[in-house]
Amino acid sequence: MPLLLEPNTTEVKEKKLYQDMGLTDEEFQLIEQILGRTPNYTETGIFSVMWSEHCSYKKSRPLLKKFPTEGERILQGPGEGAGIVDIGDGQAAVFKIESHNHPSAIEPYQGAATGVGGIIRDVFSMGARPIALLNSLRFGELNDSRTKYLFEEVVAGIAGYGNCVGIPTVGGEIQIDDCYKGNPLVNAMCVGIIDHTDIQVGQAKGIGNTVMYIGSATGRDGIHGATFASEELTDESQEDRPAVQVGDPFMEKLLIEACLEITKSDALVGIQDMGAAGLTSSASEMASKAGTGIEMNLDLVPQREQHMTPYEMMLSESQERMLIVVKKGHEQEMKDIVAKYDLEAVEVGTVIEEKQLRLTYNGEVVADMPVDALAEDAPIYHLPSKEPKDYQINQTMSFNLPKIDNPEELLIKLLQAPTIANKEWVYDQYDYMVQTNTVVSPGSDAAILRIRDTGKALAMTTDCNSRYLHLDPKTGGKIAVAEAARNIICSGGEPLALTDCLNFGNPEKAENFWSMEQATDGMAIASKQLSTPVISGNVSLYNETNGVSVYPTPVVGMVGLVHDLNHITTQHVKQAGDHIYVIGETDLEIGGSEIQKLLTGKYEGKAPVINLEKEKDRQKQLLTAIQTGVIESAHDISEGGLAVALAEKVMTTEHGLDINLSGSQLLELFSETQSRFVVTVKAENLRAFEELVNDANWIGKVTTDGYLDVKWNGEGVIKASVQTLTDYWKGAIPCLLTSKV
Amino acid sequence: MRFAVIVFPGSNCDTDLFHAIRDELGEQVDYVDHTETNLAHYDAVLLPGGFSYGDYLRSGAIASFSNIMPAVKGFADSGKPVLGICNGFQVLLEAGLLPGAMKRNEELKFICRPVELIVENNQTIFTSEYQLKEAIQVPVAHAEGNYECNEATLESLQVNNQIVFKYKQNPNGSTADIAGITNEKGNVLGMMPHPERAVDQLLGSADGLRLFQSILKNWREQNAITS
Repeated sequence: MPLLLEPNTTEVKEKKLYQDMGLTDEEFQLIEQILGRTPNYTETGIFSVMWSEHCSYKKSRPLLKKFPTEGERILQGPGEGAGIVDIGDGQAAVFKIESHNHPSAIEPYQGAATGVGGIIRDVFSMGARPIALLNSLRFGELNDSRTKYLFEEVVAGIAGYGNCVGIPTVGGEIQIDDCYKGNPLVNAMCVGIIDHTDIQVGQAKGIGNTVMYIGSATGRDGIHGATFASEELTDESQEDRPAVQVGDPFMEKLLIEACLEITKSDALVGIQDMGAAGLTSSASEMASKAGTGIEMNLDLVPQREQHMTPYEMMLSESQERMLIVVKKGHEQEMKDIVAKYDLEAVEVGTVIEEKQLRLTYNGEVVADMPVDALAEDAPIYHLPSKEPKDYQINQTMSFNLPKIDNPEELLIKLLQAPTIANKEWVYDQYDYMVQTNTVVSPGSDAAILRIRDTGKALAMTTDCNSRYLHLDPKTGGKIAVAEAARNIICSGGEPLALTDCLNFGNPEKAENFWSMEQATDGMAIASKQLSTPVISGNVSLYNETNGVSVYPTPVVGMVGLVHDLNHITTQHVKQAGDHIYVIGETDLEIGGSEIQKLLTGKYEGKAPVINLEKEKDRQKQLLTAIQTGVIESAHDISEGGLAVALAEKVMTTEHGLDINLSGSQLLELFSETQSRFVVTVKAENLRAFEELVNDANWIGKVTTDGYLDVKWNGEGVIKASVQTLTDYWKGAIPCLLTSKV
Repeated sequence: MRFAVIVFPGSNCDTDLFHAIRDELGEQVDYVDHTETNLAHYDAVLLPGGFSYGDYLRSGAIASFSNIMPAVKGFADSGKPVLGICNGFQVLLEAGLLPGAMKRNEELKFICRPVELIVENNQTIFTSEYQLKEAIQVPVAHAEGNYECNEATLESLQVNNQIVFKYKQNPNGSTADIAGITNEKGNVLGMMPHPERAVDQLLGSADGLRLFQSILKNWREQNAITS
């Protein structure tokens, strides 16, 4: 028996059941117009998921249009499973980032695990071998048991899935702020490598070709997941746990190997992951992109449970499923390939000329809808926007800067702040080495993976400082892109392109939509200026708990090309006697900084200023210096300012630093002025370095004594044993997680 | 010399082993599917790490019943080298080719990090290229590497010199800091750390390469005598 007695067409309309599925009255009327009749329950469900923000971008699309998406190296921009960028030698990098915020808030282990699974499928459905995973995580303060539980389980879920499928989790970032307490952010990114000749697309071309289903059977899990992802979380959201899917990484591993073998076959026409909105979105999107239709017999869909209805089958988000289109007559070839991996490929439908998604069940047509209406014609909303009153207040605020007298104590407290503290507790649980290409593992500015047999490598990172966006979303959007590029540059890579995950609150609140406009403006400007087009991405809205939004958090995932393995650079100082330089001057910029949080418990005032011209010049000069071989180590200055950056350069090494700084206020040590780097240079390379890099100021030398020794205007202000600093920095997160509340 | 890398559904360190043998050791190597039944063409058999059959039921348990396993047992009985790494070690335990069992790590979490191993026996075909008591750096990556055996077994492992590698700092709670053991004959080695991840200084350590070089050298010596 079906779990529910399904309502009839009249009930759907008269009882306005479509509202529970997230459709408005106007949208329902539009669907009636498109169909020329009232949709039945199944059709209404299908429209509701395809027209959810998660699938249709109906509220964010006007903003996404601003992003630059083209460039010399770009082979595939947004619109397919993942973006593709040329890396030379006939190869390309394929990558995308995606959110799994709401599922992770409700069921953290499976929410995070299936987020990883989904993004992996987006990459291998392009025909690429997934080579690396990254993530970007945000939680509330680690001072209550629920938040600790979310943190531990999200990490365990990412580890459980990624480790099992054999793709190294090589990098990421974690930010801790209370705005994420009820609505943590869990963004997962996957990077793959492909030969140009193997690139696949998700298109259902060729009338008469066969639609086949591969992977796990369809169950009742995750029904309406895409709709659930497009609503605010409330205290009742825990009741939506059935909308969270359950992952099976073993099945995913088999699917990866089977699908990568399938993509080598000429009989394959198109392939797409059944992600959000499952069978519905994969079928209608593949048909819509190809200008065809699909007729599917739901009796043939592999089912995990008995008596599933068409509604349940079409809306299920059961994991580890792929839909492929195969040249007619070549079905057996596909079956034979996947059988090697103990999987089945099942014929479920046919490509038809009429641009309809037509579903039959028990010999009857149960749904018949135009594919373009589903995939392309969701109404686009141009939402009202309004500058929040806090914005101007922050821009003009003059706050009394606290006077500091013990910078060493502050440095130690900053090193213990969970956003800055060492994340070994986290990445120790990730297999970051499998596939044996990880040259720079978690803990430096960017992760670096060699590309076998080429002498080259890829650098990759995820970044976003949402505190700046909270104060000034446009500036913060620029900084998010610039900082990601800095991390790539510091590692010796040339930034190639980016993928973005736009995590915002409810867009129907005009202040939130204003933040989205501003943030995407800033990102678009920066990605143009820094020549890093946006090649893929994801939008996650309604990140609110009981009406309070998270900070605007547009996470940037960036990939860069290290042209020669010799260019690989890490943040840690290498040998005593090397000279230390800061590139870029320091202003007193405290708004949105870690020191502001420490001293005042809040973020206010102006975000740091960013000048993208200056940023670009410095990045270019530093990369040239690295490629020329005159840089021993490089690190960008971010949260916690120069003081923290210096500590990070020396912690976990056996060295010390002897630093001489001058300025007007000690607080400048912790200022978060943008576009700055700390580098070390060998004595013999000083001249060459100074010729290549402008704005570089000598500040000291690497020593053997194991002390971070900082003098300010000639007077000693910090003299801390590096081992002690390291202990505080490494101990902070384990201590927070184990302390009782 | 010709190596076989057995591929179970869910193996994921098979390619790493393949590259270590082909690219770094410079010897011949093939993937052998778990459905095969014959290993006659090979001089050494390698069982890779990963999550065979998703580690469902118990890690290594289902794989130990694979079609290929009788051939692996026959290969071991004939005295030829069999090496199981990580999940491969777990398979060898489940198959009864090595004594003892694996529990979850003491802290119940997956651990991935470089660790130091002490070579406790360099008189085996797997370790002859190491110094006795040498400290080598090889990474671990596992959730179930907490080796367990009863006292009688531990005593016989010690008496027969079957404990080949110990952890310098025990990461997982394993009995007697055991990281790797052989069978009595010394031709079957199971170890949790991943020597195939330590064959190239670029990735942090090349200490694992000498394990494969030991296998090669001993095979050459044996073949020189017999042929």
